[in-house]
Amino acid sequence: MTAEAPPPPGPWRQALRGLLRNRAAMVAFAVLALITLSCALAPLYARDIARTDPFTSNVAGSILLGRHEVDIMQPNDNPLHLGLSPIGPTGHAAYLLGADSQGRDVAARLLYGGRNSLLIAACAAVLCLLLAAAAGIAAGFFGGLVDVILSRLMDIMWAVPVYLFAISLSIVTVSQGLKLGPFVVEADSLLIPIVIIALVYVPYAARPIRGRVLALRQAEFVTAARCLGVPRWRIVLFDILPNVTTTLVVLGPLLMALSLLAESALSFLSIGVQAPAASWGTIIQDGEGLIYTRPMVAIAPGLAIVLVVLALNILGDGLRDALDVRDSARRSS
Amino acid sequence: MMIALLRRLGQTVFVLFGISALVFLVFFATPGADPTARIAGRNASPQTMEKVRQEYGFDRPLPVQYATMMKKLFITQDLASYVDRGELVVPEIARAAPVTVSLVCGAAVIWVVLSIAMGTLAAALKGTWTDRSLMMLGLVGISMPVFWLGQVANLITQSRYHDTWLFSWVPGLGYVPLTENPWGWFKALVIPWIVLAVMFIGIYSRVLRADLVALSGEDFMRTARAKGLSPTRILLRHGLRTSMITFVSLFGLDFAQLVGGGALLTEVVFGLPGVGRLTYQALTNLDLPLIMATVMYSAVFVVLANAVVDVLYLFLDPRVRDAR
Amino acid sequence: MPAETIPMLPAPLLEVRDLCVSFPSRGRMIPIVEHVSFTLGERDILGLVGESGSGKSVTAMALMGLIDSPGVQITGSALFRGQELVGLAQKQLLRLRGSEIAMIFQDPMTAFTPVYTIGWQIDEQIRAHERLSRKQARARTVELLADMGVPDPARTADRYPHQLSGGLRQRAMIAMALSCNPSLLIADEPTTALDVTVQAQILDLIRSLRSTYGSSVLLITHDMGVVAETCDTTLVLYSGRVAETGPTDALFAHPGHPYTAALLASIPPLDGPRPHRLPAIAGAPPAPLERPAGCAFAPRCSYAHETCRDAPPPLVPLVPAGQAGQAGQAGQNTGAQSAANIQQQSAQFAACVLPAEGTLLLPRLLEADTAMSSPGGIILGLSDQGIQPMLSSAGEPPL
Repeated sequence: MTAEAPPPPGPWRQALRGLLRNRAAMVAFAVLALITLSCALAPLYARDIARTDPFTSNVAGSILLGRHEVDIMQPNDNPLHLGLSPIGPTGHAAYLLGADSQGRDVAARLLYGGRNSLLIAACAAVLCLLLAAAAGIAAGFFGGLVDVILSRLMDIMWAVPVYLFAISLSIVTVSQGLKLGPFVVEADSLLIPIVIIALVYVPYAARPIRGRVLALRQAEFVTAARCLGVPRWRIVLFDILPNVTTTLVVLGPLLMALSLLAESALSFLSIGVQAPAASWGTIIQDGEGLIYTRPMVAIAPGLAIVLVVLALNILGDGLRDALDVRDSARRSS
Repeated sequence: MMIALLRRLGQTVFVLFGISALVFLVFFATPGADPTARIAGRNASPQTMEKVRQEYGFDRPLPVQYATMMKKLFITQDLASYVDRGELVVPEIARAAPVTVSLVCGAAVIWVVLSIAMGTLAAALKGTWTDRSLMMLGLVGISMPVFWLGQVANLITQSRYHDTWLFSWVPGLGYVPLTENPWGWFKALVIPWIVLAVMFIGIYSRVLRADLVALSGEDFMRTARAKGLSPTRILLRHGLRTSMITFVSLFGLDFAQLVGGGALLTEVVFGLPGVGRLTYQALTNLDLPLIMATVMYSAVFVVLANAVVDVLYLFLDPRVRDAR
Repeated sequence: MPAETIPMLPAPLLEVRDLCVSFPSRGRMIPIVEHVSFTLGERDILGLVGESGSGKSVTAMALMGLIDSPGVQITGSALFRGQELVGLAQKQLLRLRGSEIAMIFQDPMTAFTPVYTIGWQIDEQIRAHERLSRKQARARTVELLADMGVPDPARTADRYPHQLSGGLRQRAMIAMALSCNPSLLIADEPTTALDVTVQAQILDLIRSLRSTYGSSVLLITHDMGVVAETCDTTLVLYSGRVAETGPTDALFAHPGHPYTAALLASIPPLDGPRPHRLPAIAGAPPAPLERPAGCAFAPRCSYAHETCRDAPPPLVPLVPAGQAGQAGQAGQNTGAQSAANIQQQSAQFAACVLPAEGTLLLPRLLEADTAMSSPGGIILGLSDQGIQPMLSSAGEPPL
């Protein structure tokens, strides 16, 4: 092995090799890819397989199950058969997981909701990483006043429970959108939850990055670069940043998992994704009223969240092992 | 020592001031959140609006308004809600706090005990199937949205299996004060405790295991083995004791955030009238005095908890003791 | 000094035979220590020398039963007072560790648990092996600390590790190791992390242990100076194999293995003409998986020839140049003079083909003029590999 590869593999390639050997991480990656793909194909599913429109109320409608025409709203199960409840899981292509209180296909909505949930989580994670990297590097490398200001700001953000913080911001923006100078964000835009979630988790991500940068700043190769008169921006760009990237990469999936959970919580409180758009959180909220009669409406999106977050966490663990971040963090502390 | 204490105090005051100012600005500067219209009611005449504005001091400059509100909140404690006229804010929080404290303390006991047991066991059996399954269980716990888990728990204990011997004791949703009926208090909170604890059991057991495994490579663990101590003693007296330093600092922060209102999703799902739910209601009503009061309450808790963690640090880590 | 301390013929305290340790990696077993054998008598100090990666620490850890990485393979035998240590049940090992065999580690800064006082940790070891009350244990702890030259021992016992200097910590470490009167003390680079002045004090302390506590010491180090100062017997490890072993004086005077010779040559002389450049051994030791079939040192050895490359050369006895007249006889005498006999004569062994071939290395302690009269061919060979300055190091070499 050593004989056939004269130039030793770079750290990234080595990490990739380690990751590929990690069976759990590969399974998690496959699950993520599968879920993402099926969510991406949501319109196809709704049109060609379920043959429903998951965004219009269909309380009076009926569907064809096998050869029987069945009402979507069924008489209740209670002894007097008072009231109506939506149809439960059918076991057929149409309304596979049943209907929600407005008679919409839960399975199709699940796929559509997944698109929004995954999109928000991924974008929020990336945005959060960018912000945290900027803040962490600035605080860690430049120190002094910058560090003091940023650290105090983070202290303030720490002192409020994350979800409360996110909820406050959401309530303010959801009612009338966001106007930042020339930029106007509509109240029902997905950008709002993305920005809010990213912002809320910045202190969590910035802290390890700052620690890493502080350690790097003391490192001899940085001292050497300084002694050589390398300008500061060059040190940040070429000496600090590449060494922080491993931390960022490891944080990525974990932040995405956190973002997904936060998004679902906000949507559950109806201050995240706004109707008529769906996300896994909003579907759980739709299912709240039906929890005792048609539990599948709330259980299915919850399971989807659990599956994705679990996969992301496993992938994050795999990345950390492959990149050996914990080890270096321990040494630097 | 004195200087450190003063510094600490200064930081605390700064954090509290920062939060209150931030909240005040966000909710006052937000268009549409103008409290005058809310207080005066819909279709109020301009005269009424003007009267309300003067009565509540909304025509005065923002810093003055801020100072008045802070004075009313902390000194005279007669800050009243804008939405339910006359409802004093401070007693409202005082009523909600015991609910939250009951919920969080019970959950904390469960999660600390179980996570220490799980993390230590997994570290002791590192690499075995027990280890792997415990850690996977923890990961599943971390991955579940708490409000969803609460719903599923309700489904099981309130509906599906409520009629079996297993869950027939579970009372309906809601809170029973401890002073009124301790047994009822316990019964009402057991399921919420477990639901709230699940995520933290996952986090803490995984952190503890990772810490213990990392420690097992340390020189002093090798020394302990060379001394001829039993593996159990090495793991508990040397490994776990040292890990407690990380564990406690994590715990302090999480506990404070939960008591400060972070458990609101659990409170909402289980119908517990705690601080989190109160804050949430205040936010949805844009009831500025109540928002301010709950956020300050939460911040005070977090800051206090930080101080407590620092003191505990002194007990747990002799190195820190000398550093100050 | 060494010749006198060797007792009549007791069973040695520790007798290691053919100890091999291999670790699994990617489905292969990597041999870290190969066929190491040595004997340690009562009240003896044996130095285990080698560069990092030569397997000295692994050897010590294997003796203590402290290697527990999954899949590790330990074979051979290590008899401690007639009891087999290799494969001994953990339960019995627990009883031996700390009470019969104790260990001191390289870095006293990290070797104590940071959250307990020094005294607590020493008490803990005493109480783990003997039924003593807390008070009795503490009394012994304080006494031990005092014996180790720790000032104000009662108060030092109540201090935390980070509050003590490195030297004090190492003294406390030794006190802890000796707390149950072990008959064998394994010291793994006990002075490496210390200042030079403190190093000397700690070495003095270790040397005095044999008279005050009657312990034998297995001293692991990479520092030839430490060995020369402290050890009765020396064992040189190279790449997991024994290169040479023998009484320290003899080994330093007449290194029988080119590796030992080169190591010694790299010590700067204290007096005499200053060498232009200190000799160094070219190249690096092979990685465990890349060890050659023959002598592991062969690729870096100036004497290497065909016979070195087929199989690892066996340990052969070798007689100091002072007894050169008998050298030939001793070397060929296989039957009559048993190994024990040779051992009793404190003979020196080297894993090298040279002695058997009749080529003796340059004696080191000889005066410059006698050195000149040594076999000329060797001198030429030496100069190529930079071992040549050995010649210029006239007079007593620094130890």
